[in-house]
Amino acid sequence: MSEYNFAYLDEQTKRMIRRAILKGLAIPGYQVPFASREMPMPYGWGTGGVQVSAAALTPDDTLKVIDQGADDTTNAVSIRKFFERTAGVATTEETERASIIQTRHRIPEAALREDQILVYQVPIPEPLRFLEPRETETRKMHSLEEYGLMHVKLYEDISQHGQIATSYAYPVKVEGRYVMDPSPIPKFDNPKLEMAAIQLFGAGREQRIYAVPPYTKVVSLDFEDYPFEATKADHACDLCAAADSYLDEVIMDDAGGRMFVCSDTDYCRSRRAAGHVGRLGSEAPLSTGPEAA
Amino acid sequence: MHPLLQVNNIRKMYGHRIGCTDVSFDLFPGEVMGIVGESGSGKSTLLNCLAGHLETDGGEVIFDTRDRGPVDTLTMSEPERRMLGRTDWAFVHQHARDGLRMSVSAGGNIGERLMAVGGRHYGNIRASAIDWLDRVEIEENRVDDRPSAFSGGMQQRLQIARNLVTGPRLVFMDEPTGGLDVSVQARLLDLLRGLVREMGLSAIIVTHDLAVVRLLADRLMVMKSGHVVETGLTDQVLDDPQHAYTQLLVSSVLQV
Repeated sequence: MSEYNFAYLDEQTKRMIRRAILKGLAIPGYQVPFASREMPMPYGWGTGGVQVSAAALTPDDTLKVIDQGADDTTNAVSIRKFFERTAGVATTEETERASIIQTRHRIPEAALREDQILVYQVPIPEPLRFLEPRETETRKMHSLEEYGLMHVKLYEDISQHGQIATSYAYPVKVEGRYVMDPSPIPKFDNPKLEMAAIQLFGAGREQRIYAVPPYTKVVSLDFEDYPFEATKADHACDLCAAADSYLDEVIMDDAGGRMFVCSDTDYCRSRRAAGHVGRLGSEAPLSTGPEAA
Repeated sequence: MHPLLQVNNIRKMYGHRIGCTDVSFDLFPGEVMGIVGESGSGKSTLLNCLAGHLETDGGEVIFDTRDRGPVDTLTMSEPERRMLGRTDWAFVHQHARDGLRMSVSAGGNIGERLMAVGGRHYGNIRASAIDWLDRVEIEENRVDDRPSAFSGGMQQRLQIARNLVTGPRLVFMDEPTGGLDVSVQARLLDLLRGLVREMGLSAIIVTHDLAVVRLLADRLMVMKSGHVVETGLTDQVLDDPQHAYTQLLVSSVLQV
């Protein structure tokens, strides 16, 4: 512990990041440039989210880290260990108990509260990037609110696929002003962006921080005759029978066998603990650890 | 009748070299103005200055806006000028690739301006895209093809459709027929002439091709070394050139 400053980053850096966060909260959806630091992990592994979490953490916080909804995948485990070691904060897998949740590509199923902070890892913060490669031009488009191009992308989706085929990183308009990339969360999660918790977005490689304050209006872009739809696999979870959660499809064998399970592992676990049983679930909560073998 | 566009003493310098200087003219609604001259005579520089793509070193470009009447577009705020650029103005580039989004389908290219001014109904946007493809003689079943799958002439017609879909009042064209073979050129000119007459467009056409201005332009401005050397009605200038350079220009055209 003593080898590191609390939460790895030095205090000056945290101040700089906190200033960016405050500016981001003051201008919802606006991408604030910040001097992203080199972190002891590769770009693309959540360096932006980690820096935002480090600046937001206090010794009393309880941290939860999820990757695609799961607490037990490589990215989540390594970031959780990183903060256990460099900040010594308590960690948890329960959404309820966490005060800061760092996430990659999902919003937890359970509704978040006002005393919680959700930190997103963002690969490409610029929603217009793949339509307009010039940064000078996209900045101008944001400042002048020229967002027609965003609809060109949706138009292309409909003309090619008959529907809006964008299923993740679905662009939203925040508080009637800035168009924002909500990071690659499934569009199923878009309606949840209007929540009680503070949402912070960190992009390490692109050096941008942006934020959505609690109860901010977040509207998914769409056409009048092709309205936005939050889609998910048309099944119930095979372990906990939840019909309202976002599902992962798992291939079971090479004969077409498959199962659908909640991508939010904590949500699934708590439902099974409460006695819900899905198509392939067992009565007792499953234990997948090595002691089960 | 009020002029749609009043240009007063436009000047653009590239360091000590003259881009164009002392250019003044009025353009009236429904009028087509041709600007001819050899390479390097400053005609494209002038067009880019008028369209707000280049900063000028002096002069004014007063446009008769719908809501506020005559306004100097060089001093208006950037949001206003960009708004003008996608509603009442249109710019047709010499190379269709500069004016099109090559990775977006033909329908998306045409729809972009509609969506930029607030169109949010897919069915309507697509219907006007198809309508415009028809008006520029591109088959309806090409609406979902990308411009990269189009021939040069089709790309140029697509660029014109994309620009005219919002019903602009003033079109800037920079060598619209450059790089096209003669039969395609003829069709394009025919189409342009039809659209200009039908929609009552005003246009400023820069070209080095005298045949283009003979067909399209009501009035002609001849430029050399950044200066306007002769102006007048197209037929008058071409049939009875006064300035030595215009005489040279007219006599240089090969007769077939």
